[in-house]
Amino acid sequence: MSKTNLTRRGVLRTGAATGAGLALPTIFTSAASAFTNAPGDSEVTLGFNVPQTGPYADEGADELRAYELAVEHLNGGGDGGMLSTFSSKALDGTGILGREVKYVTGDTQTKSDAARASAKSMIEKDGAIMITGGSSSGVAIAVQGLCQEAGVIFMAGLTHSNDTTGKDKKANGFRHFFNAYMSGAALAPVLAQRYGKDRKAYHLTADYTWGWTQEESIVSATEALGWETVNTVKTPLAATDFSSYIAPVLNSGADVLVLNHYGGNMVNSLTNAVQFGLREKQVNGKNFEIVVPLYSRLMARGAGENVKGILGSTNWHWSLQDEGSQAFVRSFGTKYGFPPSQAAHTCYVQTLLYADAVTRAGSFNPCAVAEALEGYEFDGLGNGPTLYRAADHQCFKDVLVVQGKENPQSEFDLLEVVEVTPAEQVTYEPDHPMFDGGNLGECNPGA
Amino acid sequence: MDAIILQVLNGLDKGSAYALIALGLTLIFGTLGVVNFAHGAIFMLGAFCAVTLQRILSLSYTVVDETRTDFLGNPLKVDVPYVEGWFGEATGQAIIEWSVPLAILFAIPVMLLIGFIMERGLIKHFYKRPHADQILVTFGLAIVLQELIKYFFGANPIPTPAPDAFTGSFDFGAMIGFAENAIIYPYWRMIYFVFALVIIGAVFAFLQFTTFGMVVRAGMADRETVGMLGINIDRKFTIMFGIAAAVAGLAGVMYTPINSPNYHMGMDFLVLSFVVVVVGGMGSLPGAVLAGFMLGILEAFASMNWIKDILPGIDQIIIYLVAIVILLTRPRGLMGRKGVMEE
Amino acid sequence: MFGLSKKDTTFLLIVCFLTLATPILLQPFPEGSAGATFNAGYPDLMQRFAIFGIFAIGFNILFGLTGYLSFGHAAFLGVGSYSVVWMYKLLDYNVIPGLLLAIVTSAIFALAIGYVSLRRTGIYFSILTLAFAQMSFNLAYSVLTPLTNGETGLQVYTDDPQILMGENSPTSPHLFGLVMRDSVQIDIGGWLFTFNIGYYFCAVIAILAFYLSLRIFRSPFGMMLRAIKTNQTRLNYTGLNSRPYTLAAFVISGMYAGLAGGLMAAMDPLAGAERMQWTASGEVVLMTILGGAGTLMGPILGAGFIKYFENIFSKINDNMLHQWFGWMPDGMEDALIFISHFFVGKSWHLTLGLLFMLVVIFLPGGLVEGGQRIARWVRGRRKKGSGDDPEHHPKPAPHVAE
Repeated sequence: MSKTNLTRRGVLRTGAATGAGLALPTIFTSAASAFTNAPGDSEVTLGFNVPQTGPYADEGADELRAYELAVEHLNGGGDGGMLSTFSSKALDGTGILGREVKYVTGDTQTKSDAARASAKSMIEKDGAIMITGGSSSGVAIAVQGLCQEAGVIFMAGLTHSNDTTGKDKKANGFRHFFNAYMSGAALAPVLAQRYGKDRKAYHLTADYTWGWTQEESIVSATEALGWETVNTVKTPLAATDFSSYIAPVLNSGADVLVLNHYGGNMVNSLTNAVQFGLREKQVNGKNFEIVVPLYSRLMARGAGENVKGILGSTNWHWSLQDEGSQAFVRSFGTKYGFPPSQAAHTCYVQTLLYADAVTRAGSFNPCAVAEALEGYEFDGLGNGPTLYRAADHQCFKDVLVVQGKENPQSEFDLLEVVEVTPAEQVTYEPDHPMFDGGNLGECNPGA
Repeated sequence: MDAIILQVLNGLDKGSAYALIALGLTLIFGTLGVVNFAHGAIFMLGAFCAVTLQRILSLSYTVVDETRTDFLGNPLKVDVPYVEGWFGEATGQAIIEWSVPLAILFAIPVMLLIGFIMERGLIKHFYKRPHADQILVTFGLAIVLQELIKYFFGANPIPTPAPDAFTGSFDFGAMIGFAENAIIYPYWRMIYFVFALVIIGAVFAFLQFTTFGMVVRAGMADRETVGMLGINIDRKFTIMFGIAAAVAGLAGVMYTPINSPNYHMGMDFLVLSFVVVVVGGMGSLPGAVLAGFMLGILEAFASMNWIKDILPGIDQIIIYLVAIVILLTRPRGLMGRKGVMEE
Repeated sequence: MFGLSKKDTTFLLIVCFLTLATPILLQPFPEGSAGATFNAGYPDLMQRFAIFGIFAIGFNILFGLTGYLSFGHAAFLGVGSYSVVWMYKLLDYNVIPGLLLAIVTSAIFALAIGYVSLRRTGIYFSILTLAFAQMSFNLAYSVLTPLTNGETGLQVYTDDPQILMGENSPTSPHLFGLVMRDSVQIDIGGWLFTFNIGYYFCAVIAILAFYLSLRIFRSPFGMMLRAIKTNQTRLNYTGLNSRPYTLAAFVISGMYAGLAGGLMAAMDPLAGAERMQWTASGEVVLMTILGGAGTLMGPILGAGFIKYFENIFSKINDNMLHQWFGWMPDGMEDALIFISHFFVGKSWHLTLGLLFMLVVIFLPGGLVEGGQRIARWVRGRRKKGSGDDPEHHPKPAPHVAE
């Protein structure tokens, strides 16, 4: 980190000299190796950091299932899952670089502090070489920062905020999941096609960074297609009842309600909106519509009947018919008895991608792994051809526009895929204003 | 004007929930002198009574449907609820659909029982202990109850819809002469409000007009003297605890169609209902009810757009702000008595 | 020594020893053994023990001595953290300016909140502090995002000014070049001991904090605070105005909390808003009561107890259970694993809740009382052996408590 403030240079020198003079010889952890937590010859430890308590515990549990499955497949157990459909054939079921894969787990509690504490314990105590998981953007960004400092690779789990690979991007962090911009870009054309270009939208937005980036993304994508934004209202994250926010919507002249909520917020606001009869109303001579830009199938279950017919976007869905998805659903379903969620999918894929990158790089060194992932193109992991872009460590792939299913066949059959938006349509420049301001920095191998 | 009426209505249902929980808290505090941090958990247990009844009613046997396949390509196993098998499909579905109102009948004995067990098994031993100990032990109990529910029902919210007849909303504004769509109010929230009024009325009537209630009120005022009169006040207090649990439980049952219940809904309400109790004045039943509705309505007002434009974030802090102002202007809350919980 | 009685000096020395030897004491199991999961001697957790120890010691000065139960101390913790990270962003990664600022800002916050809240007593005071803390949290999470970075937590970006940053300055928190994250690891016959600079920095501050609280407990000021707890009305009748004393205690404990929050950011340069949530305030209340409110050692024990559970029990997963119980017959293994599911991993909250209840029910004075009971029991047996009549001895003065 060099500073070029010339007028202060003299001061800086003295400061640095004093600092150096006071510094005692320090011995670094595992000084023998070139990077943090270099694994031994027989085993390598991965750290799975997922919410096990708190409101996202069910998603965390599903992520953990996916990780266990991935470890099983990497070590040559089970039916191999997506190993056989993955375009790279570097992985052969003998662990990673011949080392058996072990794992440790931690509880993020969906709090950035707790998540960092548990990630640190996995790095410091258990010698984890890679940290992955999480079910919220706040946690992902916090843990990504930690991994950057500690010198391990972070493979983000479910995180949808633009910031994760935007202003908070880090050289050691990688995201497979899609983001708010992509949701907007994929969703807007479908919305325009279904509901017309002359629509007035009212946004209710969870009042924190993820909510804001999503609102910004959807507003700009829909306005580009001719929609008008009547109002954007922030709702407290802790709110459990949204009636007082939803009640004024009908009278505002809007004919579409966009709910930039996730998890429990989404379930409650959607339920409330349906209770207030919004979907049966006619405004401006059109049917009133509700949109939920980011769907989570696990959470959508909580809203029950209310999701029927409501449009949204998702990273992946188990009903996809490509070979990779089917292989994954088969091995997951056989092992656990129900289909995987999108969170499980992204976590499974991230683990495989990491293992593959290590194998191709021939080293666990985070910098070598990062280099192997950067600009890497692959296929067969359920999202079609995908690129891990070097400039911001974001995956570019098709985005699914989905809709709550009218006649579900089972309790898992809640969403149906309306359209698969091709990757080109959701691709943006790395310096796009919504992602600007960040800096990947240098890869840090620690030690 | 229509916006104000609208937010008053929206405040009423939230206020009903606050008032019912705060009423139970105050009953327990006033009679037993115990600060019950597990009261939010009792509210949550009530809500899960509705979930449990729904699960019981939809207990199913499996029929394999060869014509359809599940996600793995195997023949689809279709669950058919027993009630549908016994009473025919239409009646069966109607019974399941009405599980929330039916859960009221189910929840009363269950919650009374839970209340009795809690009081006899745990709370009883804490009458003479410091309030800090009571808080800690009931908080521990709340965590345990919450985690048990999470273990069996998962962390995600569970949908428990109201019967079809009560879903949807009516145009209240049009009825009283405002423009169409100006004031929309869902049926179930109206029911919730009326239900809350009935329960509150029943509790007050019970305390006011029955001998039992008279003894309890006397016990609240001066426990020792009542004991010396040869009245077994302990037994009465156990029953009072059961009633308080049932009130919170019913509040939970009826709340489920408004928001899908999850395991931590109790904690979400706990802090706010304590604020409500204290703003109302510790130990004052009318104070608790009054403060509940007042804070509910103020919270709804604070979420109005033009107020938020002037004071950004006001809806996040309004309840606390009001609590501070009231406690500074009225030392013992709206209707609190001197000397209660002040040491 | 140090202006303390002989007994207190011994006590202080024992605490010093325990604190400094923590990296060894918390590693009872060799690496790779089945018990290694229960080792707690890694930097992050040891730092947390020291930091939350400081937090709880400070809280105890208010609650243990005056009896005022604050439900809003987490606000000061958060303020302290934000101060330190802002100093990183503006100056450089040296922790000293940040920690000083943390103490100052938390003192200002405590003065303001305390001045208002202390106009009321009992539960009304608790609710006032809770209201202030919740307001701080809600605003920090949303409206104040430019200042706090909201949900993500405040952190340092490469384009921050950092005007004191030199060419060779460390890029993580340090004390004049001593980087907090650095450690020395020593491997002795399978036991791995980690001596971490950050931990020792915290430990030294924790010992100073403990010493200060010991002095306060023994001072006339401490006596005055205790008098307030015993009977404030009577104290007021003697013509004394107790408000300045309670306010002083509130501010001091607020500064302790600010220091603890600052140290959290000194160990890990990120400040998350949920540090200020009511659950965090509740946590320190639990720590203090669980350990033993009003005792010197109790809050530290309580803090260690809770943090240990949070960090160790939550990490036990199926894989480990299978390893531990693998040697048993199948049916028994499955049964044990099934039962364990209620208590470890994702259910660690349940274990914590049960333990709270057990401690409160059976040890009203907290863990310290448990220790005293054991000590008394041991002493009782020894005395019996020597033929003394325990009935006719003066009650042994509580050593640790008081």
